[in-house]
Amino acid sequence: MNRRFKSLAATLSSVLLTLFGLTVLTFLIGRVMPVDPVIAAVGDNAPEDVILRARAEMGLDQPIPVQFLHYLYQLAHGDFGMSVLTKNPVATDIVRFFPATFELATAALLLAALIGIPLGVWAAVRQGTFTDQAIRVVCLAGHSVPVFMLSLISLLIFYSWLDIAPGPGRQDIIYDGMIDTVTGILTIDTLIAGDFGAFWDALAHMAQPVIILAYFSMAYIARMTRAFMIDALKGEYVITARAKGLSLTTVIWGHAFPTVAVQLVTVMALTYAGLLEGAVVTETVFSWPGIGQYLTVSLMNADMNPVVGTTLLIGIIYVGLNLIADILYRVLDPRVQ
Amino acid sequence: MVSRRNFLIGGAALPFLSYINLADTVFAATPKDILVVAQQLDNMTSLDPHEGFEAVGGEMINNMYQTLVRANSDNPNEVTPVVAASWEADADNKVFTFKLADVKFASGAAVTADDVAFSLQRAIKMNKSPAFIINQFGFTPENVEARIVAKDEKTVTLTTETPTAISFLLFCLSANIGAIVEKKTVLENEVNGDLGNAWLQKNSAGSGSFKLQSWKASESIALTLNENGPYKGNLKRVIIRHVVDPSSQMLMLQKGDVDIARDLTSEQLKVLQSDENVVLVRKQIASLMLVSLNQNNANLAKPQVWEAVKWALDYEGMQKNIIPLTHAVHQSMEPAGFPGTVTDTPFKKDVEKAKALMAEADLADGFDITMDHYSAQPYPDLAQAIQANLGEIGIRVKLQSAENRQVLTKMRARQHEMALSAWGTDYFDPNSNAEVFCINKDNSDDAKKKPFAWRSSFKNDELTAKAEAARDEKDPAKRLELYEALQRDFMHNSPFAVMFQNTKTAACRKNVSGFQLGVLSNGNTYLETNKA
Repeated sequence: MNRRFKSLAATLSSVLLTLFGLTVLTFLIGRVMPVDPVIAAVGDNAPEDVILRARAEMGLDQPIPVQFLHYLYQLAHGDFGMSVLTKNPVATDIVRFFPATFELATAALLLAALIGIPLGVWAAVRQGTFTDQAIRVVCLAGHSVPVFMLSLISLLIFYSWLDIAPGPGRQDIIYDGMIDTVTGILTIDTLIAGDFGAFWDALAHMAQPVIILAYFSMAYIARMTRAFMIDALKGEYVITARAKGLSLTTVIWGHAFPTVAVQLVTVMALTYAGLLEGAVVTETVFSWPGIGQYLTVSLMNADMNPVVGTTLLIGIIYVGLNLIADILYRVLDPRVQ
Repeated sequence: MVSRRNFLIGGAALPFLSYINLADTVFAATPKDILVVAQQLDNMTSLDPHEGFEAVGGEMINNMYQTLVRANSDNPNEVTPVVAASWEADADNKVFTFKLADVKFASGAAVTADDVAFSLQRAIKMNKSPAFIINQFGFTPENVEARIVAKDEKTVTLTTETPTAISFLLFCLSANIGAIVEKKTVLENEVNGDLGNAWLQKNSAGSGSFKLQSWKASESIALTLNENGPYKGNLKRVIIRHVVDPSSQMLMLQKGDVDIARDLTSEQLKVLQSDENVVLVRKQIASLMLVSLNQNNANLAKPQVWEAVKWALDYEGMQKNIIPLTHAVHQSMEPAGFPGTVTDTPFKKDVEKAKALMAEADLADGFDITMDHYSAQPYPDLAQAIQANLGEIGIRVKLQSAENRQVLTKMRARQHEMALSAWGTDYFDPNSNAEVFCINKDNSDDAKKKPFAWRSSFKNDELTAKAEAARDEKDPAKRLELYEALQRDFMHNSPFAVMFQNTKTAACRKNVSGFQLGVLSNGNTYLETNKA
């Protein structure tokens, strides 16, 4: 009991320390960057007295340590500050933008895993054959083709030429303002509203960005799965299973794959974290109002409260997913316990 | 029983089904009474007309609010009456009386003199970024209630501190800061004495063509028809979608998913010029591209070097080869389309003349210098061309590219040597630019006023006096003459090489007519827009 408590305390301390470090770093970067946030807020042409007043209102006339202590005090009260651009509390903005990214990332991860894992296993089983080479080429393309190019090509072919996919955006204009926000996840909100037309519309708008994001994630997952499986298939227990006359399917999925699953947990967690931090380029090309776009726009406009708030959120996601991966490790691999 | 293989294949195919099944349901053309616009909305900060001070917000505000008068796009020397039916000045040019027209707010209430006085007082009392446009007439939070007065239901008087040209006052009142808001609605939504500022940032209370339905930052703005407003066309709603990527905007326009695309690149516009389904609406806007020479640098402080730089640049070549559709050669500090703008372009590339001027400045061997410039296109290409041009007369330019706010921050700190940047005019009067380029009375580092000239440490008492004389001239015609002379003087006697004026283009589907772009963003209007 005492050991478990110590372990938990150590984990929590590590998490808090990581988040504190992240806060300090992001805050300092925001304060020393060569862009004046006040100019971003009031405009380059604003008179000097307005600039001075805005600087004082934003607390930027204080020494940096004072600003940081004030920010920590705000954070302790659950206040991430206000966004200059949206005129909303940052927490409100995150609640609005994050579900869009969450929806996209989750669907992309599921699709990537659904395709990537079997593909990786298949390539490993057929190592050195044409199938293996073909899968590796597909995965290599996933790593090397720029995402904006693929996104634009996808729009050009499926949206513009073939006319079988909707254009950029999260929903069609005819549904604008028609669906009440409950979860922020449009596919769920449309179902809650009982509007199936809007549901299918939301699903259709998701298809292209999800497939493109999934392709990139799939390439990574498949590559890692292949590498893990090649190692696993060399194991003596696999040879034994084959010698016992078990079918190839049983040997692969029943004996080799469970050992790979443990390693894949980390791969999946990192992939998911990467997707959740916002696929900026995909969100930009598809006009997807997600957290990546929010972060980028805020950064470009030197709107630092959203930048620090969003970075913290991403940090929390990484730490959280790492914790989940740790727990799953213990569940899947008795040796870790 | 579904086999594992079939299950996996089915799972993988699932997302593609959405393409196949939904084709009929999601790709309908936009309805005829809804105008859909693709536009970059990411730097909009407020829709309160007495606070918003950037281009996109200014455009939205213009479509939701009316001012006493507005700039006349056909004749920039005149203004068009809007909420004001008529106006007159007293003999001293200090008391200006406005009689109001019969105009209604979106709520159905009539626009009264009380609303007008309240609106202008509110702008002064809030003292946000654009307030200087009207507080330069001597209005302060303390005196504004005495100086802007509703005399009766339909009469308002404005009393300025000093005698003022009526044209100057009217041009300033045509800016969004002069927008009329409904006093009752705004005060009903006042919180902690903010004069309704927080509420008006995301709501509207005006008498313009449309009212604000929703503003979802980084997503969309929806405007709905003001039934009591001036718009008489067939649109019921205007939806402006935040589409960042110009390529996406173009595809959506070509597919008919949007009716107007606002941020297309030069290359895309070239393609659309021959597209029979698209009409390009073009307008030179009040944004100038210029090279600033910081007078803190001893070499750049020599007037011969100013002239040498101006004679070394290949304006025509750069315009034709780099920015043919987005900029025009322009060398005056006032933008074309403004009252009294000089459109002369005296400077042409003349290397020998420039070299002679360098020799006259004892700099025949040239010198090394750094030029900051925005990192977004077309600035890098132009910077390289300028580097090559100046290289021909011995000025060895090292280029330093950065995000535009970074360059502006550096210029505001007077840390640049040369800078290629842009300047956008604030309001529709020649004084707007004349003041920032010519009037710099205190050149110290801690000056209270830091106009554009101050950023490059440029102080010229003669130009300052001329700009003030033009500003204060009460006769409108003579005033414009003074500004014309000032512009010519500035062209030759300042360390600023004005090179180009920006041209904006809106690409409209051919069934859309009447959309207008203004020389300032508050001239961009859907007032006469129709959709067939």
